[in-house]
Amino acid sequence: MTVFTGSDLTCLRGERLVFGNLAFSASTGDAVMLRGRNGAGKSSLLRLMAGLTSPRRGNIRWQEHDIADDRIAHRARLQYLGHQDAIKPVLSVRDNLRLWAELRGVSDIDGEIDQALRALDIHHLAHTAGRYLSSGQKRRTALSRILLGSSDLWLLDEPTVGLDRESCAELARLIASFRAKGGIVIYSTHIDLDVTSPTILDLDQFAIPMMEWLADQDDADETDTGDNHPFDIDQGKQTGATI
Amino acid sequence: MNAFVAILRRDLRLAMRQGADSVMVVAFFIVTTTLFPFGVGPEVNILARIASGVIWVAALLAAMLSLERVFQTDYEDGTLELLTLSPAPLELLVLGKVCAHWLTTGLPLIMAAPIMAVMLNMDQNGFATLMIAMLIGTPALSLIGAIGAALILGARRGGVLVSLLVLPLYIPVLIFGAGAVEAALLGISAQAQLQIMGAILLLSLAAAPFATAHAIRQAVE
Repeated sequence: MTVFTGSDLTCLRGERLVFGNLAFSASTGDAVMLRGRNGAGKSSLLRLMAGLTSPRRGNIRWQEHDIADDRIAHRARLQYLGHQDAIKPVLSVRDNLRLWAELRGVSDIDGEIDQALRALDIHHLAHTAGRYLSSGQKRRTALSRILLGSSDLWLLDEPTVGLDRESCAELARLIASFRAKGGIVIYSTHIDLDVTSPTILDLDQFAIPMMEWLADQDDADETDTGDNHPFDIDQGKQTGATI
Repeated sequence: MNAFVAILRRDLRLAMRQGADSVMVVAFFIVTTTLFPFGVGPEVNILARIASGVIWVAALLAAMLSLERVFQTDYEDGTLELLTLSPAPLELLVLGKVCAHWLTTGLPLIMAAPIMAVMLNMDQNGFATLMIAMLIGTPALSLIGAIGAALILGARRGGVLVSLLVLPLYIPVLIFGAGAVEAALLGISAQAQLQIMGAILLLSLAAAPFATAHAIRQAVE
């Protein structure tokens, strides 16, 4: 069953059109891999999906309901891993994780934290202060955060940055078990992560020159049909067109 | 409510581990107040006359000094982004952070205020009113200050900017805070001033969490 969908998404950052007319859909147990050159909008799309930003046009739906209508419900079902690890240098790994477990209303906080730390193989670091962690260990701590509480959707922005090969395999296993439970994983990565049969979403296909988008915008306004012209990939690669 | 306690506890734990911040605020308060006798001269009557105003101005500046870091470190390390994505309402989390800010800066200032009052030769009739006025006034300072602290996220030279944004909004607290102490020193009731301060506190309690949460959402977007 298709659960998480986006249609006709257009993302503007500053005055730059990052992507336009983007659509995606994911069913329970799906993994979607975002691909594209630097600046293609992988992070922007993940932030849209998380509800951190709003699309310039289009909408994102979870089971037919626009996520903008009930942001609290959407936040309760998702776990987001951004570029930053959000680890306080003076707090221990356990204390760092405790806040997130408490905010998600986890009942057995210590038990869940132990479990999450074991899953990422950092249980021996539970009492180490954040400032003594290596960047890989910080990343693993951040990853263990997404295991706390129940969730239906993981949005992972470059989860493999700073991870060694074994941790990447560990992450792939975690993703597999999350999918087996019906979770949806959407991630961006530059290296091959061993995820079975992910749907690939190539963001380079949705890069449109600003001029074309504005013309399209005018058409949509005039006819008010809302349908978009099939997009020509070759044109998408022309860059440098601005208002 | 759990979210409020969770963030409050984490911020207090952070403040405890890096205790220097709290100590610095009080030290700043003491040093600034001490400067006045040097500048104005050791004339006892003059010092007693200006004591309440000096203490309030110094407290205002000390409270403002600590504002920049209320959200800044959370913003820089990505925590704030995750807080806006947590299922708990952001307004409640803001309130928790403001509460922690008051406990680590406002409360120590209230403790230090009578000592400074003695140093400035303030009449002891004013001490109780000074403490009560600060007890009502400093939470309002933290609440109003949080709006400024959230607005400067992502700005360069945020510390200077926050003082320009926040200090004008602190003026009512200063007027009625100093006024309450003046009234007590003259031997008349300070009830009116204290009630107005209570109104300021309630107003900022109602408005500040929403304004701050909105500014934070803008900042992480």
